[in-house]
Amino acid sequence: MHPALSVIFLTTLIGAGQGLFLALFTGESYAAINIIPEQRHQFFAVGGLIVLMLLIAGLVASFFHLGHPERAWRAVTQWRTSWLSREVIILPLVMLLVALWSIAHYLEWNPTLLGMELGSEITLTLGAVTSAAVFLLYIATAMIYASIRFLREWASPLTVINFTLLGAASGFLLATAYATNYAQNLVNFYGGWAMILTLAAWFSRSAALIRNARLKPKSTIQSAIGIRHSQIAQKSMGMMGGSYNTREYFHGASRMVLRLIKWLALVLTFPLPLLLIWFGMSSDNAQLILIALFVQYLGLLFERWLFFAQANHPQNIYYQTVG
Amino acid sequence: MTQLALVIDLNVCVGCHACVTSCKEWNTSGVAGPLFDDNPYDANPTGTFFNRVQTFEIGTFPKTETVHFPKSCLHCEDPPCVPVCPTGASYKRREDGIVLVDYDKCIGCKYCSWACPYGAREIDEQQRVMKKCTLCVDRLYDASLPESERKPSCVLACPTQARIYGDIHDADSAASMAIRERGGYQLMPEWGTQPANHYLPRRKTELHIHADELVRSDNPLKKEDIRKGPSREVNLDDWMF
Ligand code: SF4
Ligand code: SF4
Repeated sequence: MHPALSVIFLTTLIGAGQGLFLALFTGESYAAINIIPEQRHQFFAVGGLIVLMLLIAGLVASFFHLGHPERAWRAVTQWRTSWLSREVIILPLVMLLVALWSIAHYLEWNPTLLGMELGSEITLTLGAVTSAAVFLLYIATAMIYASIRFLREWASPLTVINFTLLGAASGFLLATAYATNYAQNLVNFYGGWAMILTLAAWFSRSAALIRNARLKPKSTIQSAIGIRHSQIAQKSMGMMGGSYNTREYFHGASRMVLRLIKWLALVLTFPLPLLLIWFGMSSDNAQLILIALFVQYLGLLFERWLFFAQANHPQNIYYQTVG
Repeated sequence: MTQLALVIDLNVCVGCHACVTSCKEWNTSGVAGPLFDDNPYDANPTGTFFNRVQTFEIGTFPKTETVHFPKSCLHCEDPPCVPVCPTGASYKRREDGIVLVDYDKCIGCKYCSWACPYGAREIDEQQRVMKKCTLCVDRLYDASLPESERKPSCVLACPTQARIYGDIHDADSAASMAIRERGGYQLMPEWGTQPANHYLPRRKTELHIHADELVRSDNPLKKEDIRKGPSREVNLDDWMF
């Protein structure tokens, strides 16, 4: 498939935003049971704002993918059958919940009910609901791709696992970088999680790459035109100036470039950030963590590009030779 | 239930592209607005078409066969492109099984085109909505057209009658009979999309003539009966004149 920048930015930005929320909420809930030191409300309120900005940035990017963004509201109607529709519903829902959660923190909302102070119960409950919605959003985003059964590079549970782990890893790394400024006592906590998640994502993304390398196409030129012969060669695809079919479904990069991007994606997303986080944490160097964040995001852009480029659409069988 | 479809006879298609041009002509002039061409007069002309004719060579030279292969939306009975559409713009008509896009609802997200294994959908770069073969739904029920013309434009244009139009759920339609009797098959059956359009395979055309067929008494041309010279035998005419 042809990787569209709008979708690359959409999926990486909201993935990181969702991950950051999970990180913030993990911090909040761990603190509630006194495993880690408690943070000021402002830490969560500002963090929530960053999550929101990432989600909005992703949403804006997604509009560039649409021919008629002004009709986008129609996309909420087919949630019964379409994962895209489900994503379109869950994304604003997550935004709303994150906004409520951040506002509750910002106002340090502490209503009393029947003489009891609710205090952190409210944000904890709201945060738990939001986290559930965040996971649903990961699933919905990934299922858009994983549900197309003949794009076999995508049609695997690994797609859902990768979107979730990669998003969470970048989100926790972002939380680490955020903590270096505003909550130094959480840097190791977030950094540790960022490393664990990055490692897990490295493992599952590699599994997907290995799976892709071993896939045998189900459709062949024989099944595509229904002629039983071992020697079939296309002599003309019916037009010479190209068409949507030749533009949308081919990445157009050479083998060399594809391999280069694969290695860039792997190195920038996994080992390099891991090393940087490790050194950053052990030498208390906030700069290194920030560099790790940008290196990994860059890696994720390449990773997402590769994700699209590697998907080999069966329609390509019909578009092998111009004429 | 009705399922309108095309049955395309690869045995007679000569690859003339008449269906491509007639399709484009009809569908660029309809109520749905033009089917745009981008750079029609420039170096790389490209544009939106519902129908393409491709050419394949089977075998190794010099023992080759050329197969021309018209390709359009197959109006699948279980169309994977429909459920993925987030807006409901893509739909399959209950009454005749035609798969259509509502151009007023489509947001141009292209998701349906990813979900069509055949690459039958093409985005209109200027109207920014998804387009595909409509089976000329605006001809089929148009009472102002003579009955014989209430068919897809491509079917009417085909000089070799390689395109048979009909209801494949009606066992007596020309389309069903062609599928049944001439080995009609579906494309990429491995995905379970149940394409309504079928293709008829190439056949070997051989003529077997036995000697007795040339000399048999009911030889219609009486070719072998021509006598070499005038007969000297007395016949009835000699008596009459
Ligand atoms: S050929 Fe493609 S566009 Fe047409 S109905 Fe089947 S899946 Fe949908
Ligand atoms: S491009 Fe249009 S028809 Fe296709 S899935 Fe998107 S909204 Fe539906």
